Amino acid sequence: MELLSGGEATIRALRDSGVRYLWGYPGGAALHIYDALFRQDDVKHILMRHEQGATHAADGYARATGEVGAVLVTSGPGATNAITGIATAYMDSIPLVVISGQVPQEKIGGDAFQETDMIGVSRPIVKHSFMIRRAEDVAETIAKAFYIARSGRPGPVVVDIPKDVTDPNYKVPYRYPDKIRIRSYQPSTKGHSGQIRRAVKVLLEARRPVIYAGGGIILGNAADQLTRLARQLNFPVTNTLMGLGGYPGSDRQFVGMLGMHGTFEANTAMHHADVILAVGVRFDDRVTNTPDRFCPGAQIIHIDVDPSSISKNVPADIPIVGACDAVLDEMIEQIETAGERPDPAALAEWWQQIDEWRRRHGLYTAPRHEPSVGTLIKPQDAVRALYKVTAGKAYITSDVGQHQMFAAQYYLFDKPRQWFNSGGLGTMGYGLPAAMGVQMAFPGADVACVTGEGSIQMCIQELSACTQHQLPVKIINLNNQALGMVKQWQDMQYGSRYSQILYEDSLPDFVKLAEAYGHVGLRVEHIDELEDKLRECFSYKDRVVFVDIQVDPHEHVYPMHVSPGSMRDLWLSKTERT
Amino acid sequence: MRRILSVLLENEPGALSRVVGLFSQRGYNIDSLTVAPTEDATLSRMTLTTQSDDLTIEKITKQLHKLIDVVKVTDLTDGLHIERELMLVKVKASGDARAEVKRVVDIFRGQIIDVGSASYVIQLAGVSAKLDAFIEALGETAVLEVVRSGVSGIMRGERALRA
Ligand SMILES: Cc1ncc(C[n+]2csc(CCOP(=O)(O)OP(=O)(O)O)c2C)c(N)n1
Ligand SMILES: [Mg+2]
Repeated sequence: MELLSGGEATIRALRDSGVRYLWGYPGGAALHIYDALFRQDDVKHILMRHEQGATHAADGYARATGEVGAVLVTSGPGATNAITGIATAYMDSIPLVVISGQVPQEKIGGDAFQETDMIGVSRPIVKHSFMIRRAEDVAETIAKAFYIARSGRPGPVVVDIPKDVTDPNYKVPYRYPDKIRIRSYQPSTKGHSGQIRRAVKVLLEARRPVIYAGGGIILGNAADQLTRLARQLNFPVTNTLMGLGGYPGSDRQFVGMLGMHGTFEANTAMHHADVILAVGVRFDDRVTNTPDRFCPGAQIIHIDVDPSSISKNVPADIPIVGACDAVLDEMIEQIETAGERPDPAALAEWWQQIDEWRRRHGLYTAPRHEPSVGTLIKPQDAVRALYKVTAGKAYITSDVGQHQMFAAQYYLFDKPRQWFNSGGLGTMGYGLPAAMGVQMAFPGADVACVTGEGSIQMCIQELSACTQHQLPVKIINLNNQALGMVKQWQDMQYGSRYSQILYEDSLPDFVKLAEAYGHVGLRVEHIDELEDKLRECFSYKDRVVFVDIQVDPHEHVYPMHVSPGSMRDLWLSKTERT
Repeated sequence: MRRILSVLLENEPGALSRVVGLFSQRGYNIDSLTVAPTEDATLSRMTLTTQSDDLTIEKITKQLHKLIDVVKVTDLTDGLHIERELMLVKVKASGDARAEVKRVVDIFRGQIIDVGSASYVIQLAGVSAKLDAFIEALGETAVLEVVRSGVSGIMRGERALRA
């Protein structure tokens, strides 16, 4: 058996866990590991400019590929800088393994230089964490970390490694385990057939059904099954913000996103449904509005791999614990074997009703905004132009704010793993580094980050890392000169008292800023140049392009839930509500 | 309603803080908690009491199961079980009071395990209500210190919580 130091074993175990890219930032407690990294070629390290950027990039890579994202940071500030990225991944169930250096064991607890209790600080935002105490345990622990991160409901795992464990002078036999068994951890996969049978019966008797599908469809690689089931039953489908792309966005059976800024037709159909098939969702408060007014007449079937998600916020009538793909496969098969279909007349009536809602207030049929004129560019039109110019095929990341909601509403995602955003934590700064991770996963593809001038400045330092690692992402900045989403709330709830949302002429010239990093900068100020400039942007295949689009600073995102209220209680514009 | 959860968990560093952290993070309350290694040194056994309705207890149980270190969870209050708590009480005992305290201790089948010139340390085990009743019965006696272990519990009969 080969003898390796703890530091060498760390890198070797990453390789043996399937890691190709390691996103990180060096520092004292991680230096033995960084030296081991230097002496090999299997794992490629991507030096970012901030540990938050490193975790978001690894997260973007994980979402794009379905693999586990890997991060390496040092102790203390390196570890704490990674926290926002870990929390972001945790809230969205993204598999990450974050290796943090730690001060040597004999110094732990003594407030040593750059000592932070990383296990303690990260505890509420990880799926699990380990501290490695002996070089002999490195391979096995890292293998376990990867297994836990990717299986069941995925999530981030922290592995904290004190510096003495990675000592280059202490070598131990290296053996990567062939199989991982953790007696206290056996995530369920197959659903309970009896429960599935009960669910199928309810689905076949439904008269006003809706399929409500979320991020679990994407994480669980079940988009194909979802589409087949929806077609088999001719049921309408709505996706959560996290689930977009889980069902083809341009398909007739898709009624749009649901929730706080979801479509009128999706929210209204949910409210009036008699059966809701909830798959890979968690009944988030941004979806349900006030929980006790949620879908009053509906029987709820809830499929999720995580039992603790079921009946957490809204009680499920038929809970099914299992992996989405396996459960949906079995549903499709049971329906096929039964040879039955729901009452076609009832469904036809339901579809007629939905189409009427669509015609009345649908986002795409009855626009929620005034047309753009001259220098008054509507942000919605900017996203529509982006959709057109990229033929709906680009990979889109986003940040947090109005721009994010416009991207979710107006870019129709036909494929899973095409849309990336921090839905759970709502982390401004996610978009650019995540786009870098996505670009690494799909070299040569068009990857665009739809952002705002507020969010982009939270991780803008990564423009430098884009150059170094040749990641030609496109930045579509919907520049409304304000923290727009906050401004919208201040308009609606605080009498337009604009507390701390304006920059008072302090914004940088983003075109020059992009150029300073060696990128292409484009400014769009007139609606007539919008499409051409976007075309120009995507014509630069190997360059980062920053498109700074000056959009209407007074626009609001609609529809918007009126809360407290039920799902159908919506603002449709500044003056109109349901 | 009062619930007693019995939890078998890996005897790993950090396992206890994950359980305790879960309760504070999710806003569940813990009334008492005891934990110690079992006959199998790789496992710890924890008994936890909480005031929770059915819905909350289900959520707590699911969340506990989700922790990687947790091997098994049972709600002892669902079936026949035995619960015990240990209490050590230091009381002022001098003059006439010495005999009086001794009498109460005997009635409750406790033991005086330390005799000072003006104090006793009393040991008493039983269900929590009995311990409460004992403190009550001490009446006028000056209680200097009370140390309670929190509840430990076990199922009756042959059923056992094992890995
Ligand atoms: C790190 C972080 N801090 C604060 C917030 C609260 N927040 C949500 S949206 C928003 C404004 C975002 O502004 P911008 O990026 O310009 O987007 P816009 O809404 O203007 O499109 C803020 C401050 C957040 N989500 N994340
Ligand atoms: Mg803005």
